[in-house]
Amino acid sequence: MADQTSQSAQAGEKSDAGYWSANVRIILVSLVIWAICSFGFGILLRPMLSGIQVGGTDLGFWFAQQGSILVFLALIFFYAWRMNKLDREYGVEEE
Amino acid sequence: MDQFTINLLFVGASFALYIGIAIWARAGSTSEFYAAGRGVHPVTNGMATAADWMSAASFISMAGLIAFTGYDNSTFLMGWTGGYVLLALLLAPYLRKFGKFTVSEFIGDRFYSPTARVVAVIALLVASLTYVIGQMTGVGVAFGRFLEVSNTAGLLIGACVVFAYAVFGGMKGVTYTQVAQYVVLIMAYTIPAIFISLQLTGNPVPALGLFGEHQASGEPLLQKLDQIVAELGFNEYTAHHGDTFNMVLFTLSLMIGTAGLPHVIMRFFTVPRVADARWSAGWALVFIALLYLTAPAVGAMARLNITEMFWPNGTDAQAVSIEQIESDPAYDWMATWQQTGLLGWEDKNGDGRIQYYNDASPDMQERAAEEGWAGNELTNFNRDILVLANPEIANLPGWVIGLVAAGGLAAALSTAAGLLLAISSAVSHDLMKGQLTPNISEKGELLSARIAMAVAIAVATYLGLNPPGFAAQTVALAFGLAAASIFPALMMGIFTKVNNKGAVAGMLAGLIVTVIYIFLHKGWFFIPDTNSFTDADPLLGTIKSTSFGAVGAAINFAVAFTVSKMTAAIPQEIEELVESVRIPRGAGAAQDH
Repeated sequence: MADQTSQSAQAGEKSDAGYWSANVRIILVSLVIWAICSFGFGILLRPMLSGIQVGGTDLGFWFAQQGSILVFLALIFFYAWRMNKLDREYGVEEE
Repeated sequence: MDQFTINLLFVGASFALYIGIAIWARAGSTSEFYAAGRGVHPVTNGMATAADWMSAASFISMAGLIAFTGYDNSTFLMGWTGGYVLLALLLAPYLRKFGKFTVSEFIGDRFYSPTARVVAVIALLVASLTYVIGQMTGVGVAFGRFLEVSNTAGLLIGACVVFAYAVFGGMKGVTYTQVAQYVVLIMAYTIPAIFISLQLTGNPVPALGLFGEHQASGEPLLQKLDQIVAELGFNEYTAHHGDTFNMVLFTLSLMIGTAGLPHVIMRFFTVPRVADARWSAGWALVFIALLYLTAPAVGAMARLNITEMFWPNGTDAQAVSIEQIESDPAYDWMATWQQTGLLGWEDKNGDGRIQYYNDASPDMQERAAEEGWAGNELTNFNRDILVLANPEIANLPGWVIGLVAAGGLAAALSTAAGLLLAISSAVSHDLMKGQLTPNISEKGELLSARIAMAVAIAVATYLGLNPPGFAAQTVALAFGLAAASIFPALMMGIFTKVNNKGAVAGMLAGLIVTVIYIFLHKGWFFIPDTNSFTDADPLLGTIKSTSFGAVGAAINFAVAFTVSKMTAAIPQEIEELVESVRIPRGAGAAQDH
């Protein structure tokens, strides 16, 4: 009986750790996209995108003034949806 | 009906609406909205957060800064929205799980240290006070125009109204008042933008009109704008001119600062569930994005309108005559704004015309010599007036102008009052009752809160008379301070096992270095002429004082990790606290202290 309890506690810990590392992975991927679209396309990589024309200017200008904001929105909603699913997969959702 | 009466009507009606809702919501406070789950729906919460968040800096100041600088000031757009990604991914769900009400409480508990809590409170006070200075700048502009008095008189009247508004207080806590403020604010921002976009591009969506066609010339709008400003010797609107490294740092500072400001974070403590905290940040950004996607269009279109106004027959022909400015109703806005002292022109060469051009450009100096110009004659165009003057410049109907006045005041007042409340509760609750005088009576606590509020507004008003920058620039300094102190501590509290000494040392190092860097450039305690450097020629490379927050944050992280490595590991119960914060399971309702 005592063994069983400690086993299930161990399983619980293992899955909690798995949940956390899965979460950290999702965060890292999201933040890479976050940085590429704002600091990347909007600022540092803008010269590379200068060939792509958008309404009288180039794609980098669009990313700096509007595109990055739309990507931010998509990222937050993706993260909320993905994490609420992950919560259920690992059985750590709120009651 | 004259414009003054219309403005008064709109501002009065909007205030009556807020107060009415506050009374209605208070009467119905036992209703299920508040009793059940002590929280509100993520969409409603998102709208209220947006109203709380978008201040004079976003509403009054930002589009003007974009208009006169162009692409380089995209930093404000990316910085003030990108921070919500950090907030949603790195902070909101975990702080909600932690289940207390204030940021300093989390820092105090997680780092098991009253010192950490006090340092966090001080950081919050410094950042919030700087933030209020920026708001007061905006309040001065809005009241100056709306009451048709000088900027200084507007600021003093505004300070009294903000004080009364903040003391009335309870209103601030009512989510539905903020929802109403959001609706007024967003209508006031987008309706004139829709009109102007239709006039210039025929597209009713300003965000699309920005990349559309300028109907009068048949060219793309931005191309037309680039061309017309270049012809007057100014930098091309869409081109990159400033320093790239500084631009990246500034954007990053604004982003990290957004995720470190107490009055925004606090909103995520009170949503019903961890899952809702994740959605709430998204909904907040939806409502913020409505303004932020419109702002660049407002900036570009206003710049085009203003330039064409001064060169009605094209940049090659004669400039606008003083006679026309005085007699043509389309130029009435210039006289009304001149009264505030924020707009000025002077016929330097006495030719009866006002030449607006860049007199620092060599090409233009050549042309000026040929044509007998004696320098740029539009001597003063305060960036903070652009959004408020915009509907007048575009010759829109009087009710639109009144609506914009109401919107600008809603933005400035709600945020200024909210920050004053945060400052006063930090002093009375966290500092006085929490640390210095634990036995203070309820009356004494209330009194110290009032005194803190009065002192804060007096200081902010005094410094608002000679602000360290335009509203949005001053607010950017506040973000730098929050970025350097609060955000790293919160993030390390959740994602690492950094100990108490590390956190305290990190916060102190980040905050102190950033404060000193800002004071060296903006003057000690923002008192004019006490600075040793300027942002045009900063101390370290190309890093302006507004961009230093990201560097301060890096210092904070580095010091915290180093000190933490050298001192004792965190105790078992804190280890368990960190583990529990990371897992949504078992989140109860948020608890009061």
